[in-house]
Amino acid sequence: MASLGELERAVMDLLWAGHEAATANTLRDLLAQSTRAENGTAGHVGKDLAVTTVLTVLSRLERKGLVERERGTRPHRYQAVSSREDHTAELMHEVLGSAPDREAVLARFIGSVTDTEAETLRKLLGLS
Amino acid sequence: MFWTSWFLAVLAIALAWPVPILLSRAQWPARSPFTAMLLWQAIALAGGLSMIGAMLVYGLEPIGDNLLAGLKSLAGMVFNNAPTTELGFWHIFALSAAALLTAHLVFTLLLTFYKIQRQRRRHRELLALLASPSADGPRTMVINVDSPVAYCLPGGARSVTVLSDGLMAALEPAELRAVLNHENAHLDQRHHLLLWAFAAWRQALPWLPTTRLAQEAVSSLIEMLADDVALKTASKATLIKAIAIVASGSPGAPDARMAFGGPELSDVEPGQPGALGGAGSARTTASRVSRLLSPQPPLPEPVRAAVLVACLLLLAVPTALLIVPGLLG
Repeated sequence: MASLGELERAVMDLLWAGHEAATANTLRDLLAQSTRAENGTAGHVGKDLAVTTVLTVLSRLERKGLVERERGTRPHRYQAVSSREDHTAELMHEVLGSAPDREAVLARFIGSVTDTEAETLRKLLGLS
Repeated sequence: MFWTSWFLAVLAIALAWPVPILLSRAQWPARSPFTAMLLWQAIALAGGLSMIGAMLVYGLEPIGDNLLAGLKSLAGMVFNNAPTTELGFWHIFALSAAALLTAHLVFTLLLTFYKIQRQRRRHRELLALLASPSADGPRTMVINVDSPVAYCLPGGARSVTVLSDGLMAALEPAELRAVLNHENAHLDQRHHLLLWAFAAWRQALPWLPTTRLAQEAVSSLIEMLADDVALKTASKATLIKAIAIVASGSPGAPDARMAFGGPELSDVEPGQPGALGGAGSARTTASRVSRLLSPQPPLPEPVRAAVLVACLLLLAVPTALLIVPGLLG
């Protein structure tokens, strides 16, 4: 049985790839398919997966603000709140951004450099 | 009591203004970053202690011969409604200020901690979905970003170092190892705790010169400490090249803004002085590189010992002035 973390990742990958809302049943079938396609390789994500498990995963993702439910349809259809690229941009914004406490949240290998400084460094390297 | 409070006030002012300015201009911290780091911590702790202590001692002067006796009578006034006639307006003012400042410092420390933890948790959640584990070890992840980025996200057992695809492509294996060792040094030496404390200190008293100078100095010193760890396994040339490649490819440079691609990242406004942690971290990169290019010998042993003694005195003297008369009396 895959861990919830692996399942969350697999579900998000499907939602990001699919671009449209899907029900828990559809997602379960897709997960089972992708497992069969891998056929015996490590990390069987969708093996013997119950729909309730998929629903658990979806509600965890919903709580984290990553997926949303379409209102008014039954069974509920789920979709990603924003694209994979948007989330990556959100992360990079935090990494490179100017929030004053950013330095306390994470430590970058190189802080910001000014254009002139970058120029000096490039000359140093014999680049450009 | 009276002279104690004046002495503490003078110490507090010295540690809030001239001392940090002198230390921030000194050249020797780059030679012995660890010693300098201890000194900054001593300055911050002693500064806070003497600031609060001076007000407390002044305020308690009419009602006790020493701090402990004064606090006891004060407790009597607060809890048993004993008469407060001995306390003048300025005494009550000083006591209230001391209480407010203490509460403010503790509250800011906790609030900053909570904010940092929440941001890190969110970041980790997204990383779990977006980044893939790297071959370099369980604590390393790779994220699909074109520009060369490396950072570490502290979090106890869940600490990770994150590398971008762009970084992996731009660096040779030896340079990559130097970057990883640098980031792991941050995690191993718990630098995030220092950054947390000094970020909170600055957040609490942003108008005090010492808090900004201390935070900038500390962020620069931890980079030097981590560089020193990386230098144990990598040559100077390797590390310099890694720094130069990442710095010239990071979004300060015009061409890197293009490499970043995609309209999604357009709201990251790099390269503006003042943004991105601003001039402080730009100076950090410059001083790191010049420190590697023209290395200076570390401070001689006796000087380092003298600085350590100064650190101890900074902490011991205000503490002793506050506590010892009460214990003797």
